[in-house]
This record gives sequence, C-alpha cells and structure tokens, in this order.
Amino acid sequence: MMTIKYILQKEFLQIFRSKAMIPIIFLMPLFQLLILANAATYEIKNISFCVVDYDYSNNSREFVSKFYATNYFLLSGYYTSVKEAEEELKTNKSRLIIHIPKDFEKDLLLNKNTKVQFLINAENANAAGLIMNYSMSIVQAFNKQIITETVNYNTSNLQSGIYITYSNWFNNLLNYKTYMVPGILVALVTLIGLFLSGMNIVKEKETGTIEQINVSPIKKYQFIIGKLLPFWIIALIELAFGIILGIIIFNVPLIGNPLLIFLVASVYLLLILGIGLFISTITETQQQAMFIAWFIMIIFLLLGGIFTPVENMPDWAQTIDIFNPIAHFSKMIRMIMLKGSGLRDIGESLMLIGLYAIVMLFLATIRYRKKT
Amino acid sequence: MYDLKISDVSKKFGDVNALRDINLDVEENELFGVIGPDGSGKTTLFRIAATLLVQDTGKVKLSGLDNIKDYKKIREIIGYMPGRFSLYPDLTVEENLKFYATVFGTTVKENYDIIKDVYLHLEPFKKRRAGKLSGGMKQKLALCCALVHKPKFLILDEPTTGVDPVSRNEFWEILRNLKSIGMTVIVSTPYMDEAKLCDRVTLMQNGCILSVQTPAEIIEGFGKKIFSIRTDALTDTLKFLNEYKYTENVFLYGDVIHYIDIRKEIKVDILTQYLRTNELKNITIKEIEPSVEDCFLTLMREK
Repeated sequence: MMTIKYILQKEFLQIFRSKAMIPIIFLMPLFQLLILANAATYEIKNISFCVVDYDYSNNSREFVSKFYATNYFLLSGYYTSVKEAEEELKTNKSRLIIHIPKDFEKDLLLNKNTKVQFLINAENANAAGLIMNYSMSIVQAFNKQIITETVNYNTSNLQSGIYITYSNWFNNLLNYKTYMVPGILVALVTLIGLFLSGMNIVKEKETGTIEQINVSPIKKYQFIIGKLLPFWIIALIELAFGIILGIIIFNVPLIGNPLLIFLVASVYLLLILGIGLFISTITETQQQAMFIAWFIMIIFLLLGGIFTPVENMPDWAQTIDIFNPIAHFSKMIRMIMLKGSGLRDIGESLMLIGLYAIVMLFLATIRYRKKT
Repeated sequence: MYDLKISDVSKKFGDVNALRDINLDVEENELFGVIGPDGSGKTTLFRIAATLLVQDTGKVKLSGLDNIKDYKKIREIIGYMPGRFSLYPDLTVEENLKFYATVFGTTVKENYDIIKDVYLHLEPFKKRRAGKLSGGMKQKLALCCALVHKPKFLILDEPTTGVDPVSRNEFWEILRNLKSIGMTVIVSTPYMDEAKLCDRVTLMQNGCILSVQTPAEIIEGFGKKIFSIRTDALTDTLKFLNEYKYTENVFLYGDVIHYIDIRKEIKVDILTQYLRTNELKNITIKEIEPSVEDCFLTLMREK
C-alpha cells in the first residue's frame, strides 16, 4: 500500500510539473465544449438557393417567397434556364435549385395537380437530406394554404384523413447542444484515459527508467495501479468540470443522478485505462503508442454515436458497436443526463462495460507481465 | 558470501550470439572490472546478473541465489546502475533520491553514511532536475540511487562512459571507498586504462571472456617486448610496421607508436635499421614496460 502511495506521489509530481498538463486538463474541456458544441450541429441555416421560374405567375412567386421567408433559405438569384442555374450548383454558390415549370399556376388551379422540381447538391448526403426535409415541409404548408384558399373553405373536406404531428420528448426544442455536450464529455474522458495513461507507461520504457523500477522491489501490479490511478482521478475531475461547464454555459439539463454518471464513468474509465495499458505493452515509444491510440480512438468515436446516430449505421457496424466502449458510454450518459434514467435502465450496458473492463485489464496485465 | 558465480551462460538475440559459454567468478568484496569494446556483450551479461534478462543456458548464482528462481531476493541485495541514464529527468536530484529510497522501504537519512561520499558532490545541485545535470553528475546521482538501499552487491554498467577525465577519477575513487566498506562491486567499462584500478579484470570480446587476472598478472604474463617509436612521419611509420613480417601488433598510442615484435631477441637497433631503410628520419625507439592496455590490445588481436 505504501509503495503505491509513493508511486502516486511521484506520478502527480511529474504530471503537474510538465508544462502541457495543466492546460490539457483545464483548457481542453473548455475549448472542446465551446467549439464543438457550437459548431457541430445538424441544423443548416442560410441555405442559398436559386430559382428557375418558367411560369412567372402569382402562385409561383408566392411559392418561392415561402422559402426565403424562413431563415433557413437564402435566395441567391433567378435564372432563365436550368442550365444556367446548374452552374450555381457546380460552383457551390447555391445548394438547391427550385425549378418551376410553365403552367404551374394553371395546372394548380384547373387540375388541382402540378409539379415542381428540386435539384439538390448532395455532396454532403446529410445536408442534402435536411434540405430535402425542409423543402418538403414548406411544400406541405403551401399545399394546405392553397387548398384552403381555392377549395371553398369546406373544412369538413380538410379534416378527413389522419393528421400527423409530433412532440419531442427529452429534448423539446431539439436543441442540438443538449445532445452534443454529453457526447463531447465522453470524447474528453476517453481522450485522457486512452492517451495519457498509455503514453505515461511507454514513457518509462522510452527514457529507460523502467530498468531502474524493474530491479526495485516494486511489484508489477503496484506499478500498474500507480500509473493508471492518477489518470482515473484526473479524468473524473475533468468530467465533473465538463458537466459544470455544460450546465452553466449551455444550460444542458442534468435530470438524472449525478452520482450515477460518475459510477458509470468510473467503470468506463477502467475499461479505457485497460486499453491504454494494453497499447503500452505492444509499443516501445510514445510516438507508436500515440499512433495506435489515435487509430482506435477514431474508430470508436465515429462508430460511437456521438456525431451520427448508431441506428443509421449498417447492421454489421451496429454489431461491431457492441465492442465499442464509446457507444455504450455515450448512450448511458445521455440517458442519465437528458432522460433521468436510473440504474435499472442502464444496468445492462453498465454490466457489459464492467465485464469488458475486467477482461481488458486482465489481458493487458498478463501481457505486461510477460513482456518485462 | 556476496559473490557471483556465472557458469556456462549463453544468450542469443535472434542470430546474434551475445554471450557464448561465459564462466566467471567474482569473489566477495572484490572490485571486479569487465573491459570490452562496444557490442562485446557486457551489458547483456550485467542485465542477466541483475535479473533483468534470462539466459538461454547456464547458471548464475549471486550470493548463492539463483538469478531466475530467487530473482526477488537478489533484487533486494543488489544495486544496479544501467548504462543508459535511467532516472526521472523531470524530477529533481532530491526527489529522485527520495523516490528510490522510499520504494526500497528506507529513507535517505537512514543510509546517508553510505551515499555521503557521492552525495556531497551533488548537494549543490539538489534542487536541479536530473535531466539538466552534466554527464558526470548524472552518473553520480544514478550511483546514489543505486546505493540508497544499502546494497551488498553493486552492478555498474559503464558508469564512466561519456564522463570527463576528472569525474572519472572521482568516480573510481568512490568505487574504491565502497569496496573498502565491504561491498562487492562489478563494473564494466570500454576504457582500458581503467583496468588497472580494479582488483581483477576480465576482457570481453564478441561475447567471450578472454582472461581473468589481476592487472599485475596481466602485465607479468605478457612476456613480449614492447617498443615506443617516435618519428616525424607517424602515419608512414605505422604503414611500414604493419607491412613488416615480424610484427605481432602495432598501434597508435597517444602521439607515439607502440610496437610488439614476434621475435624474443629483438633489439632497438634492428628496428631502427628497418625504419631507416624506409627513409624515415628522426627515429627514437625505446623499449618500455607494457601497460594493461598494451596487453589487452594485443590479446584482442590474437583472438
């Protein structure tokens, strides 16, 4: 026990002595939250669009005005042919062309049926989908208005059929930041656990200090605990700091029990530290450790459901996600923070990462013992 | 008995034979030197003795303890100083020393009498980070850390490599003092002139041990005549002597040439004659007493 205490003392001394450490611990969460939570959003505003109107009627102009009346769309100009307008798409000046054919108004009033074409730049599939959705809802609203105006106010006619409307639970206003902040906290905690711990052990190899440690009576498990525990503590402090920032700056709700978040985080960190330790056993220099940690981190992050919903991914990717710690942790932390889920709701995931942590630490320790 | 017995130890790294059938006995309270060029296997041998590496074949007994079975007990009685500086560069002199004392379950105060000699040199820099010390100071600090738990057996891997001559002398003086208080010290060095400072030395080359003797025995057993030659064209002289059919060994030694002849009955005159015929001028030739270095350089040549 005393030995571990001395190693811990030494570790904290070294950690706080290095120039980079304090900024990493306190500035990194601040920057990540401020930049990512504000920048990484699904909402698109000011979508520039252009119009090719072959009809030039009251109704066509009215239809176009519905678009620029919202703050989602920004009219960049009228063109006389689709061909000219396509140039705008190619040069990225517009993302959407609204093509209104001749006889738009005539068909609308006489046949009760008309056509409009939307040409959307789909380089970014996500954005294209959103533009499509926005446009469709505007078209629907326009439809309703036309029907009320032209079809003699017969309300009974209108109310037949099912109206679909919705309400967003757990994030009423679909505030993207509310969704993003917990995700960024996950990334932050993972970053510290995975990078700093693994690199810290490899550093002893790189500078040769491990030689001196190995001839001392320090036992392997004492060394491992002494090396991992500081980052377990730092990451939890970091998480607390991040949650407080999220609440103060972004008004992120914290409905569930904060203690439960820390319970989940401490189990999760054991797993991440285990992976970090494992990386350190298969590498010789900090550079190698860094590279492998990045490689793993990128996969975990992109498959982890922080930026894109796991449900959007193909089945095989969702299967892989069973082994992705970030997927479990981001799901749990969102459930607790936004929905107020209790231990019973997240129990299964928590057990899974707990088990995973035990396996990982076991493997890493065995490998560590064999190597030295 | 704090002695070291190495019998038939071999170690391979891939295809490289780092050690071949090493047999070595280091007696208690001896200052034992292992001399050899870089890559001769010194570090591998020391790492095996310090329980950091396991030999392929053979046995190593330190103080009667087996280096594989009883490695934990061995670690308690040895102090090991690796060839590469391996203390924490971001901790100060004091902090490094304190850390190593505590992990060995002792304090600096308790064993101050042992490290006092070395620590006095370091005291003025105790607040300085270890990474910012000079080469000699680093080695002294490393020795301090290796001594702080009062080991009975010191294993020092090239402690004087890259250290200035003055610090090297100081370092050897410290080692003699440690021996005088009863420690067994085994030290490796690539500097042949340090051999004379040991009680007994061995020469290592290509993973083999060439001889184990006291410095005096080595010189006595040399049994060949050695000449110091000075001319005004040393490079040419070296060339002519290398071509000479009676040459056993010839090498540059500072600003003179040391020459060893295979003939027992060789005289200065004969050599002068030979060099004159090669049109060299200002030739001074003296017969000298061989040094340990002369012996080793010749011994290495023979093998």
